Amino acid sequence: MSSHHLSGLTAWLVQRLSAVYMALFVVAMTAVVVSHPGYDYASWRALFAQPLVAVTTSIFFISLLLHIWVGIRDIILDYVGGSPSMRLLLLSLLGVWLIAMGIWIVRIMLRVMLI
Amino acid sequence: MGKKLKKNRPRFLTLWQIKLPVMGVVSILHRISGLFVFLVMPLLLYLLELSLRSPAGYQQVTALMTSWPFRVGGWLLLALFAHHLFAGIRVLLIDMEWGSALASARRSAWLVMVAVVVVLVAGTLL
Repeated sequence: MSSHHLSGLTAWLVQRLSAVYMALFVVAMTAVVVSHPGYDYASWRALFAQPLVAVTTSIFFISLLLHIWVGIRDIILDYVGGSPSMRLLLLSLLGVWLIAMGIWIVRIMLRVMLI
Repeated sequence: MGKKLKKNRPRFLTLWQIKLPVMGVVSILHRISGLFVFLVMPLLLYLLELSLRSPAGYQQVTALMTSWPFRVGGWLLLALFAHHLFAGIRVLLIDMEWGSALASARRSAWLVMVAVVVVLVAGTLL
């Protein structure tokens, strides 16, 4: 095993730090949305275009992707025990999938911020 | 040697005969709810993208969200997400050795279940 996979203590820590950030973000975002009833397209979009919201939302998505990597990796390692090549295949697919999600998210966020 | 040990490990996977304690139920649901949220993520991203793309897209998303299939699905997703959140908070507290004794671990596991129900009721009222 190469040493700088997201594993062991690092993975454990990443899982928890991302969890705390996401929990705080979700609570704050829910409070913002609920306390401001009557959204329409313009105000919904303006919300995400605010620098503070754009940055915290981007950090949320980065946390989410890291959190998913560690969580689904754990599931794969726990249940696909027998075959190392199968494990490698599934972990690679997960990696590719998460990178694709990341690119998609960047596109969404850039469009909100720039256009 | 290692191989032999592995082979002799007992396996008992008759799921309907396994009686999990409530902590075990919370734990496996934590895993299942996480997997489920991962699986619906593309749909949620698509809805976010659509809602931010154009006024028509925004209309489409709000119309979809008030439709019955989406309300039921959203309710289920809320339950799974709430469970994942509360079970996660419980794990963090236990990591800090807060409530890791058997009695309090059992109590907090029940508390997670109750909190999910409370969120669901609140979600229905909103």
